Amino acid sequence: MSLGSLFQKKTEKPPVLPDIYEWPIYKLTRDRVSFMEEWIEATRNRILELTDNGKNLHEELAKTMYLEKIRLTQNPWKTDTEGEKRFWNQIRTRVLANADKSPIHTIDPVDAEILEDIIHTYAYEIRGNFKPQAYGLASQILPILFHRLLNTASARNMGRIWSNKHTMDERIRVVGPIDEIRLLSTKGTVILLPTHFSNLDSILIGYVLHKMGLPAYLYGAGLNLFTNPILSYFMGNLGAYKIDRRKKSDIYLETLKSYSRMALLRGGHSLFFPGGTRSRSGELEKHLKLGLLGTAIDAQRIALTRNDPEAPANKLFVVPLVLGYHFVLEAPSLISEYLKSTGKEKYFINPQVFPGFLSSFKFLWKFFSAKSEVYLSFGKPYDLFGNEVDTEGNSIDKHSRKLDLRSYFISRGEMRPDTQRDAEYTRMLGEFITERYKCENVVLSSNIISFVAFQMMQKKFHRLDLYGLLRLPEEDRMIPYDRFAQKCQEIRNEVLCLVEAHKARAASHLYGDIHRLIKHGLLNAGIYHNQKAIMLDNNGDISSEDMNLLFYYHNRLTGYGLETKI
Amino acid sequence: MDSKPRYENQPVGVLGAGNFGTAISNLIAENRPVLLYSRNPDAVEKMIAGRIARGQQLHPDVTPTNDLAKVCTESTLLFPVIASNGFADLMNKMAPHLHPHHIIIHGTKGFDVSLAGLEDIFDTDEIQLKSIRTMTEVIREATVVVRIGVISGPNLAAEIAQGKPAAAVIASHFDEVVREAAEVLRSPRFRVYSSNDVMGVELAGVLKNIFALASGMLTGLEMGENARALLITRGLHEMVLLGRALGSDANSFFGLAGIGDLTATCSSEKSRNYRTGLRLSQGDSLKVVLADMDETVEGILTTRIAYALSKREKLDTPIIDSLYQVLYHNKPISQALDSLMIHRRERDIDF
Repeated sequence: MSLGSLFQKKTEKPPVLPDIYEWPIYKLTRDRVSFMEEWIEATRNRILELTDNGKNLHEELAKTMYLEKIRLTQNPWKTDTEGEKRFWNQIRTRVLANADKSPIHTIDPVDAEILEDIIHTYAYEIRGNFKPQAYGLASQILPILFHRLLNTASARNMGRIWSNKHTMDERIRVVGPIDEIRLLSTKGTVILLPTHFSNLDSILIGYVLHKMGLPAYLYGAGLNLFTNPILSYFMGNLGAYKIDRRKKSDIYLETLKSYSRMALLRGGHSLFFPGGTRSRSGELEKHLKLGLLGTAIDAQRIALTRNDPEAPANKLFVVPLVLGYHFVLEAPSLISEYLKSTGKEKYFINPQVFPGFLSSFKFLWKFFSAKSEVYLSFGKPYDLFGNEVDTEGNSIDKHSRKLDLRSYFISRGEMRPDTQRDAEYTRMLGEFITERYKCENVVLSSNIISFVAFQMMQKKFHRLDLYGLLRLPEEDRMIPYDRFAQKCQEIRNEVLCLVEAHKARAASHLYGDIHRLIKHGLLNAGIYHNQKAIMLDNNGDISSEDMNLLFYYHNRLTGYGLETKI
Repeated sequence: MDSKPRYENQPVGVLGAGNFGTAISNLIAENRPVLLYSRNPDAVEKMIAGRIARGQQLHPDVTPTNDLAKVCTESTLLFPVIASNGFADLMNKMAPHLHPHHIIIHGTKGFDVSLAGLEDIFDTDEIQLKSIRTMTEVIREATVVVRIGVISGPNLAAEIAQGKPAAAVIASHFDEVVREAAEVLRSPRFRVYSSNDVMGVELAGVLKNIFALASGMLTGLEMGENARALLITRGLHEMVLLGRALGSDANSFFGLAGIGDLTATCSSEKSRNYRTGLRLSQGDSLKVVLADMDETVEGILTTRIAYALSKREKLDTPIIDSLYQVLYHNKPISQALDSLMIHRRERDIDF
């Protein structure tokens, strides 16, 4: 099969569920009263379980109160309200008033009440709210906005503002089994697991999912993004729920997880960025955050145990998604954060301020004015155990047998919960997804040239450690073009072998004449940074103005074992 | 009445009626009925008729069988304990009968090289390291089973058969696997330790065979116990280096599966690897010795793989290197020993 056939000629597809009021995400909002009740109840039960049937509940409350106090005083954000401070002060008073108790054997009623109030507060902050009207508006406005921005920006000439030369579909390349994903979203709950490189990711993914005719996905967005009024309006009304990364208490995390688990059980297609945050190093994610993935395993077990034929989601599917950019606008700040953290420098807390309207607009403008393509490479849908699924959603093993997923949860002859076992399944799922990321990654010309250039410099100055290499004087960064081209050729061929073995994907510009590939890469690699990651110098040899950026773009191809081929 | 037998009465499957397979079948039979599988129908007939396997009297609750499907269907808990060269084949045959609720705990101390591009172990082609797999990897790739464990440790089958006390370590990422195994193996003469370092325990068990071979040679050359202590200590060092290069934790090498098993096999004529080394040092050719052995001598091929791995990872493993020269390039043992003793100066402990 030629890889070209994977590329969809036309991304636009009719909606899988034409009636927006039938979407699971809408139903979650519609049924929010019963959903909230169930959610709070589930969270409370989890916390009681975690605190040894409430025996350690008081300590848990005191810990939570303490963590919240620290957060409010040491790491305040614009989103924090006065009401929040008042609330935690009250909790503090109540917890302290209830402190001097003789050893407790049952759940203390006052503590139980405090717990209920805390979960309630968290739940109101987290919950998403999907408004079909807002979705309709966004889905009409965004394409027009994108389209105009694209044509205007790339024309670099306001006079051509109504030109129609460039379309989104030219710029956004969607790869993968779209029809299968569409079909399975009617057979169960789909969990989309994208890599995360840029703040642009969620906007792009949302746009593409809409184009694919899929119902809106639930996703957790950082609370800090809600400081921007426009983003806040759209995300809030499109069903994004809020995640506050500062909150580390068990009660908060369990509230969040219960939300995700229950939304999945009600058929809410969800999107998790399993890497947690944007990749700082530019590498494909290697270690995933397992918290939300774990809720998927839980949800699958619960769905199979209750075995309700009426339930919307007895089966969950995961779809890996890899985004590929020639140019990541935030690369300079991401890579410097990465180097700071690995350099063991004193850790400092980022103020986490999201740009205001003007800078978001600049951000989009820069993105659209770059002519380079963006790749969204969807993987095949799998069940949570990494088995392939047929068009009916049945899991299929390596011997083409239909698999009964209940079997994964059977211990000593019957289905039963086992926290340790399920945690192990979650870890295995995480490993599986990182493996899939490598396979679905569409290798671009800019990846190849950055990788080769950095590796050649590293080999030449093998006595230097990474930090020494990054501080290499500019005159030492030169690589003769001919040798560079030869290495690019070798690495390109290695990549094509990987592609042949389904261990990676290749952009169509990767084939053919190597000089054309290099030219394409140089044109696109980090093109709009002030300092070039990689470029031709006056003599026509390869050099770099910014080693950190070169390192960042190079990192995308680590993990394939290509280093030994340089 | 429930037609399904209660889980507690379910038979445990032991696959492979070799020395170790028979010994642990008898051990498990003290707690649970056992289905003991052998691929050889004649051997099964004989076991049924005589109630004896490998010289060991079979416990009344051990049922020999040649029916693989039956074992997989009736048992949830399976112990494949066969030689590494038949392991992948067995897993492929079992695969159609297995489900994710099965638990597989293997006791095979070798690498899978069925795809390493060799005709036989004397094939002079270079070993393709890419295609070398641990038994756990074989199970994962061939079957849908995920609850996998490994049993390892100083378990000389003959001693277990005689009812002498012993212990083993069971390693798995799943607590449940360790729990289930410990339950069926519990006995006043057998202790079970747990670990979650699957790869470390697996590698330790595989790599120690190399040094068991070398230890047999020392005995044959009457080198004495100082030399054996030296071999064991430095051998452990080389095992740790290789284990770490392959991505496992060093800790397991200092447990039962590492130093425990190494000490036992380096000191006992009951070890096949040791006996092989002994006979080689007495002048028999490798082919003749192997032809006389009733079971696979894992250390021979493992030495070759370890040598290739060591070269790839640029490790300093003088014992493995010398043994490789002896086994595959006819270097006289005494000469190999000499070169070992005049090896350049080294630190005692450097990891």
